[in-house]
Amino acid sequence: MSAVLSVRGLAKSYGELEALREVSFDLQAGEVIAVVGPNGAGKTTLLSIVAAVQQPSAGSVSRGAREVGWAPQQPALYSKLSVAENLELFARLEKLADPHAAVRRMLEQTGLTERAREPVGHLSGGNRQRVNVALGLIADPPVLVLDEPSASLDPAQRERLWEFIGSLTRTGTAVIFSTHHLGEAQHHADRLLVLADGRLLLDGPPGALLAAAGEAPGEDLETALVRYLAEHAAVGAPAL
Amino acid sequence: MRWLLRKDLLILRRSRLLVALLIVYPVAIALLIGFAISRSPSRPHVAIVDETPPGATVKLGSQRVEVSRYAQELFSQVLSVRVATRSQAIAKVKSGEVIAAVVIPPNIAARLSSVTEQAQLEVLYNGDALEQSLVRSTLDSAIAQANLGFSEQIQQAAAKAISALLEGGSSGILGAPENLIGLSQIPTKLGAIIARQPRGHARAELERVQAFAGFAAENLTLSRHVLATISQPIKARSRLLRGRRTPLNTFAVVVAVSVSLMFVCVLLAAGGVALEREERALGRLVRGLVSRELLLAEKGLLAAGASFLVALAMLAGVGAFVSLDWSRSGLWLLALAFGALAFGALGVAIGALAREVRAASLLAFLLSLPLAFLALVPSGSVSGGFYDAIRVVSFAFPFKAALQALDSAVNGAAPAIGASIAHLAGLTLAFGALARLGLRRAE
Repeated sequence: MSAVLSVRGLAKSYGELEALREVSFDLQAGEVIAVVGPNGAGKTTLLSIVAAVQQPSAGSVSRGAREVGWAPQQPALYSKLSVAENLELFARLEKLADPHAAVRRMLEQTGLTERAREPVGHLSGGNRQRVNVALGLIADPPVLVLDEPSASLDPAQRERLWEFIGSLTRTGTAVIFSTHHLGEAQHHADRLLVLADGRLLLDGPPGALLAAAGEAPGEDLETALVRYLAEHAAVGAPAL
Repeated sequence: MRWLLRKDLLILRRSRLLVALLIVYPVAIALLIGFAISRSPSRPHVAIVDETPPGATVKLGSQRVEVSRYAQELFSQVLSVRVATRSQAIAKVKSGEVIAAVVIPPNIAARLSSVTEQAQLEVLYNGDALEQSLVRSTLDSAIAQANLGFSEQIQQAAAKAISALLEGGSSGILGAPENLIGLSQIPTKLGAIIARQPRGHARAELERVQAFAGFAAENLTLSRHVLATISQPIKARSRLLRGRRTPLNTFAVVVAVSVSLMFVCVLLAAGGVALEREERALGRLVRGLVSRELLLAEKGLLAAGASFLVALAMLAGVGAFVSLDWSRSGLWLLALAFGALAFGALGVAIGALAREVRAASLLAFLLSLPLAFLALVPSGSVSGGFYDAIRVVSFAFPFKAALQALDSAVNGAAPAIGASIAHLAGLTLAFGALARLGLRRAE
């Protein structure tokens, strides 16, 4: 199976600070990857480089900005514009052949058709996040990058968001997201990328992290991550 | 760019309060500045107590000048409030009804007539340091003007007395003899008499009198001219070195329009760029959809276009009340367009550096207001070093250049518009580059 996205030797430095060091991985069609790690591990830096918001200091990403959908942690939307106006603006900027059809499609997919004319500033946090994700998907990209998509959502909103993302992956869209909710990663991700201090410590399914931390299958992934990081973060570890 | 522009116009249309403030506030500030510049200090209310007896006169030979004329001269320089007594005047000053009181003492005529003693007025005033300064400067000027007017009357009376001596005839002065011979007629009349006299001592004496009369008449004629000269010994003749003479009210219009242009443009451009960051849309836009240069150009042009229209409407509106040379309107458009572009570039630079709308707006205000005031500081009013520093600051920002371009366009003032336009174009590029630098990081 060929990868829809290949990341090779990504590095990013801010002066003396090395935010990302030699990160490489592949992403398959329909696959969901969760990027986990402590604060300052380099999760947002990695995702923003994959989404072409930032340029890497070294390394490469196989797809350009127009082929990768992006939904930042905080919704990047114009609050004075309606849902439909936000979608139409980005459909126009993406130079889609039929912007109105793209807007209709995204409204249907996100279940926001009824609220299409409402200003985004009047929506709940959950609905704003759905519009935020919809903007990332407006050009129908093969890869979707989500930076902590459920951070500001309540459990019900979080569940609806994951249902929506699930519907995307079933049609072949590959998703890479960062999260602090290890339960979310355990339930929805096919693979985990464990980052600490800008290094990729582990690349494998959730069960691999449990095994690496000495936990039994089905045990709490959060405990496993804490133990794994305590053992490996300081010295570094090869990707599995 | 079309879709970005449409989006920004939609956002502006939905931010009516912001747009109203953005236009009304700068226009109000501009009009206040223009009003302050164009209005000379208004005449203050001053209580005047004239204690001189009715009909008191200053006697100049056969001529008399009524002292009440001095009070009239003084009244014309201020908004006078006539009061009967000194105590009433003091009460009005204390109550703040008038800023000062001037008492014309009863002995003023005697002192003026005596020549040996200077007449004195009494000035009573109150208030804080600012009011005291205003009173002193205003009353000094008013009293100087009244003195000048009164001395002209005295000079006219003296000249009239000299004319009566020289020309003779009926002077019309009460008590003066009728059909007097004039001093200037004496040499001719004596000459006729001398011609009929035999040679001898008497004829020689008459010839001496004739010579004296001729000499006296010549010198009195000269004295009359001297009197006219010493009433205003030095007159100023002003000559403008460069450009046309600019009336204060049309310059005030130019200042008001330039201030509006700056405020609207800088605030709109700074807010527009900062809003992209605040809404976190910048990262989404610049990842291949829109280049940073295009984004900055769009914000700058939108702000420049909006402020251009506001300034042009203001100029045209004010033109209904102040006489402007409409044949120069092509130059107005040129000056406004380049000024707007430079302010737009300054605004996007502020927006790119400030990163959030409130900070950008605050920075735009904090920067714009001092720039306007610094550009209006006249040379010579501060020390040379300080003025050089002001010149450097004024050169580095677009307000002074925009003001000069518009002043040149509207009033034909120096420097020539071409130099100011070139300056504004350079500043547009410089601030555009600074904005691009500030927008390096999208997040």
